[in-house]
Amino acid sequence: MYPPNFEYYAPKTVQEAIGLLDQHQGEAKVLAGGQSLIGMMKLRLAQPAALIDINRIPDLAYIREEEAALVIGALTRTAELGRSDVIRGRYPILSDASAEIADPTVRNWGTVGGNLSHGDPGNDLPACMLALGAEYRAEGPKGARMIPARQFYQDSFVTALQSNEVLTQVRIPRAGPGTGSAYSKMERKVGDFATAAVAVQLKVGKGGSIDAAGIGLTNVGPTAIFAAAASEFLTGKTGSDSDLKRAGELAADASRPFPDNRGPVEFKKDMVRVWTRRTIAHALGRAKGGP
Amino acid sequence: MAIDAAEVPRTPGPVTTRTIHVTVNGVSHTSTVQNRMLLVSYLRERLRLTGTHIGCDTAHCGACTVLVDGIPVKSCNLFAVQVDGRKVQTVEGLASGATLHPIQEAFHEEHGLQCGYCTPGMMLASVALLAHNPNPTEDEIRRGISGNLCRCTGYVNIVRAIQHAAQKMQTPAKGGP
Ligand SMILES: Cc1cc2nc3c(=O)[nH]c(=O)nc-3n(C[C@H](O)[C@H](O)[C@H](O)COP(=O)(O)OP(=O)(O)OC[C@H]3O[C@@H](n4cnc5c(N)ncnc54)[C@H](O)[C@@H]3O)c2cc1C
Ligand code: FES
Ligand code: FES
Repeated sequence: MYPPNFEYYAPKTVQEAIGLLDQHQGEAKVLAGGQSLIGMMKLRLAQPAALIDINRIPDLAYIREEEAALVIGALTRTAELGRSDVIRGRYPILSDASAEIADPTVRNWGTVGGNLSHGDPGNDLPACMLALGAEYRAEGPKGARMIPARQFYQDSFVTALQSNEVLTQVRIPRAGPGTGSAYSKMERKVGDFATAAVAVQLKVGKGGSIDAAGIGLTNVGPTAIFAAAASEFLTGKTGSDSDLKRAGELAADASRPFPDNRGPVEFKKDMVRVWTRRTIAHALGRAKGGP
Repeated sequence: MAIDAAEVPRTPGPVTTRTIHVTVNGVSHTSTVQNRMLLVSYLRERLRLTGTHIGCDTAHCGACTVLVDGIPVKSCNLFAVQVDGRKVQTVEGLASGATLHPIQEAFHEEHGLQCGYCTPGMMLASVALLAHNPNPTEDEIRRGISGNLCRCTGYVNIVRAIQHAAQKMQTPAKGGP
């Protein structure tokens, strides 16, 4: 199965990549891991006139914790999220998600930047970034700008990224003491997109109540969803059973799933309710030093 | 080098090509390929290395798995132009002459295959897994090959074969001092 013809460029710098994207006026696409794009091209769901392969640009793959943020380069392979000690230790929501994305071979090539820019509601990392309150660095002809994840996802495969911009970095506010996070995904089999999946990060204050919470949902709507009401509701609560139950209901209310072969709407909403409760419990446990 | 017209079906638009230099199983090749040529087609149709199989052609089954710079990839989901300057290993590169690679011996001895369709991809995924983790648990093996589907064996003997290969690769070869 061959895709249609396209021009192929392998620039060595981000500037060069931006120039090529700009020159093609919306007809070119960035090629990162290719694990979504190439399949779509074979099926003619995407027919870019040119591919700008960013894999030859050095220094776009890294994970480092700075004073105020965890920063991840766009070309970091999804598999690396599962191998990084910093992430496993302090941002386990991302190692949880990494283990559930596709399969190990796809994860070796698929990139963090691609997972976030693609705009597929089935991608697992966007909901994590919504929960974490991350920002994406977009570089274009006019320079760089930061886009909050919570303003990035507009519709299925439609994001705030312009066709001449490259997503180069993700910045996640540094996890302070008392922070716990988790991602759980209900899937039919390895490599499947989620029936429903839930991302949670919360911070437990000295008094034992929840100071801040973020909840993101995967594949239960046209985009990844930030469950704002559920997140706000948890803030200031102790995390009792009834708090978790109520947050689950609010998250289910925020979901807008489509019926498909993974299940009808009612079932998916109910799975959001149940999995939100469980994922909050897991994140709370981790905030208190649990596994 | 001319493009073999029969190699790819015709679609509208200008044919765009690129010349690549690739080392496949230790042999270097310089080839002019269409930009849209998939790595699996390059290996099978241009280099006639037909040990790499096409199962699903949609990046699900893993039959087409090869190693690029040691990293497993589904070669139906990568363009040949992307491996310019890189090293590719296919199933044909596992044995040295008449001597089978330990993973091949192990699949043979433990009956790790029936029809053999998934086997080349399965073995390359296993080689990469063992390079990373020389002594994997059963759970790690099952996770490690979860990108490779087998419709025949039920995986039990594949897992045994990989365990057996792990042992072989750790035990020093006979005939030492
Ligand atoms: C069998 C299979 C199962 C899968 N299962 C899952 C799953 O369960 N969960 C999941 O999350 N994903 C899954 N995926 C998708 C996979 O994670 C992809 O790797 C990911 O969606 C896209 O990342 P990529 O680097 O491969 O991007 P590409 O395929 O290269 O690109 C995807 C899109 O993003 C754009 N893009 C990529 N990088 C940038 C950038 N830096 N700046 C601007 N635009 C960019 C491209 O132009 C393109 O439009 C699966 C894929 C396969 C083949
Ligand atoms: S043929 Fe490539 S994964 Fe199935
Ligand atoms: S042996 Fe037949 S598919 Fe695996």
